[in-house]
Amino acid sequence: MTFSPELEAKFAKLLEIYPAGRTRSAIVPMLLYAQDEVGHISPDLIEEVARRCQVKPLQVDEVVGYYSMLHRKPLGKCHVQVCTNISCLILGGDELYAHASKTLGIGHKEVTPDGQFSLEEVECMGACSWAPAVQLNYDFYHHVTPEKLDQLLAELRKAH
Amino acid sequence: MLYNEPSPLEVKILTKRFGLKNSESLDAYLATDGYKAFRKAMEMTPEQIIEEVKTSALRGRGGAGFPTGLKWSFVPRTSPKPKYVIINADESEPGTCKDRLLMENDPHQLIEGILIGGRAVDSHKGYIYIRGEYRYLIESMDLAIAEAYSRGYLGKNILGTGFDFDLYTHTGAGAYECGEETALLDSIEGKRGIPRMKPPFPAVVGAWASPTLLSNVETFSAIPAIIRDGGAAFAALGPPKNGGTRLVCLSGHINKPGVYELPVGFNLLRMIYEVGGGMRNGKKLKAVVPGGSSCPILKADECDIAMDFDSLAKAKSMLGSGGTVVLDEETCMVKFAQRIMKFYAHESCGWCIPCREGTTWLKKMLDRFHSGGGQKSDIPLIGELSKNMLGRTFCALGDAAAMPTISIVEKFPEDFEAHLNGKPCPYQHSAELAMA
Repeated sequence: MTFSPELEAKFAKLLEIYPAGRTRSAIVPMLLYAQDEVGHISPDLIEEVARRCQVKPLQVDEVVGYYSMLHRKPLGKCHVQVCTNISCLILGGDELYAHASKTLGIGHKEVTPDGQFSLEEVECMGACSWAPAVQLNYDFYHHVTPEKLDQLLAELRKAH
Repeated sequence: MLYNEPSPLEVKILTKRFGLKNSESLDAYLATDGYKAFRKAMEMTPEQIIEEVKTSALRGRGGAGFPTGLKWSFVPRTSPKPKYVIINADESEPGTCKDRLLMENDPHQLIEGILIGGRAVDSHKGYIYIRGEYRYLIESMDLAIAEAYSRGYLGKNILGTGFDFDLYTHTGAGAYECGEETALLDSIEGKRGIPRMKPPFPAVVGAWASPTLLSNVETFSAIPAIIRDGGAAFAALGPPKNGGTRLVCLSGHINKPGVYELPVGFNLLRMIYEVGGGMRNGKKLKAVVPGGSSCPILKADECDIAMDFDSLAKAKSMLGSGGTVVLDEETCMVKFAQRIMKFYAHESCGWCIPCREGTTWLKKMLDRFHSGGGQKSDIPLIGELSKNMLGRTFCALGDAAAMPTISIVEKFPEDFEAHLNGKPCPYQHSAELAMA
């Protein structure tokens, strides 16, 4: 597989920073950074990461199954993550999630037919004091209301 | 960036640079006592550093509250193996959002604390394990680390002292369990994050089978102030055996939710009414989760309490990670218990059967109960099933799921009884009705 020069540079650094002979440690960062670039974790990507980290593909595969941010299927261009854990829940996080689901017409871990958006009900993302919180890809949004979410999604639709 | 107004009641030790212009830069750090502690530490022996940390009565800020100085003293400094410093920035305990601010607003304070830790245990390599969701912090920490390298605060022969230290960030990828220290170690080794049998403790056999000093971001961030101003001054801020300040994450039904730095032992009611601006919309206080979702819940009449490790242990709860969630009288405790259990069922790594099966069964029971399908006999059964998880797992996740659940069933039986006989949730709000 070929990657951008930036990602190749990241990979090269990851293979250097862990103690000698411990390149297995680079598996999770490599998978996540690669997913950001190529969209999801394909069997080819698993083979590639295994080759670079000098481990068996199965050792990479079992890691993919464990971490909730690693996805085997493509996500939408904008991955909408709504927190419904306790601090968000009691300030309307579940209403916000229901609203997002209705607006986008998709459920948990589904993607819109145009590939623009995907939705996920996520666990605590560390924004409890500014609840309810949403992450659009890696960007945090605090004190989100259904109206504010509509506005954010409309801006993203326009941008594409 | 700050996300809430500070409170005049705060005692700013770790957050003293928050709000300063470019507080994340090395220059701003150096202009405000930055690296004084490191220079001082280089003139102290490792034993003196550890002794100073012991004097400070600093206790681990990740949740368990283990005395930090004691933890440091367990690392076999003279071992021929390499030693590692690992910083737990996998902040994911529901209710907790403080490590984010420490890394965002004062990354060099954290770096200085790590260097002092490295000096104390003769380690020359550190890794900051940052949860994957905090991508912007991985980027900003990497920038701060690069700045420190370029100016000689990291790398070889730091500030001409002859001390070498390399520091890197490592990203997680979404797993609450990886905040547990031994699961974090498996995760950083590139495996599924599954807890290890203890002993051996990470101090002796940690990352890559080597001695490892592992603590939370807030714990390391407290080190520069302790070394600079002395352990005794830090200890004096809190009650005996509970030194210093804590970043309290106030959330829930209050007027001014936010992260506030308060002395350990600050009264919980004062936190709610004086720091947090009181209850929203004049509602009555119903309950408080004192320190993250794993802690047994406190009823309103138990909230006149000093927020320190020992007072909360006496009240059969925990100080935990500083995530204080305030609930008003309109909160359905069945729904609340259900959401907590949904979280633990999702996050259980599956290694220990009592946790994997227990959380899943309890989630199913609470789902059914909240939707009106509960039976009277379920109420004691929920508590009993939870008790069967206690102490029967490798790590504390099973306990963390059981403890709040047991306390909610015991303290709010009326909320459970109100759901019996097919009755709809008395607190049910519009969204659920719309979805039904």
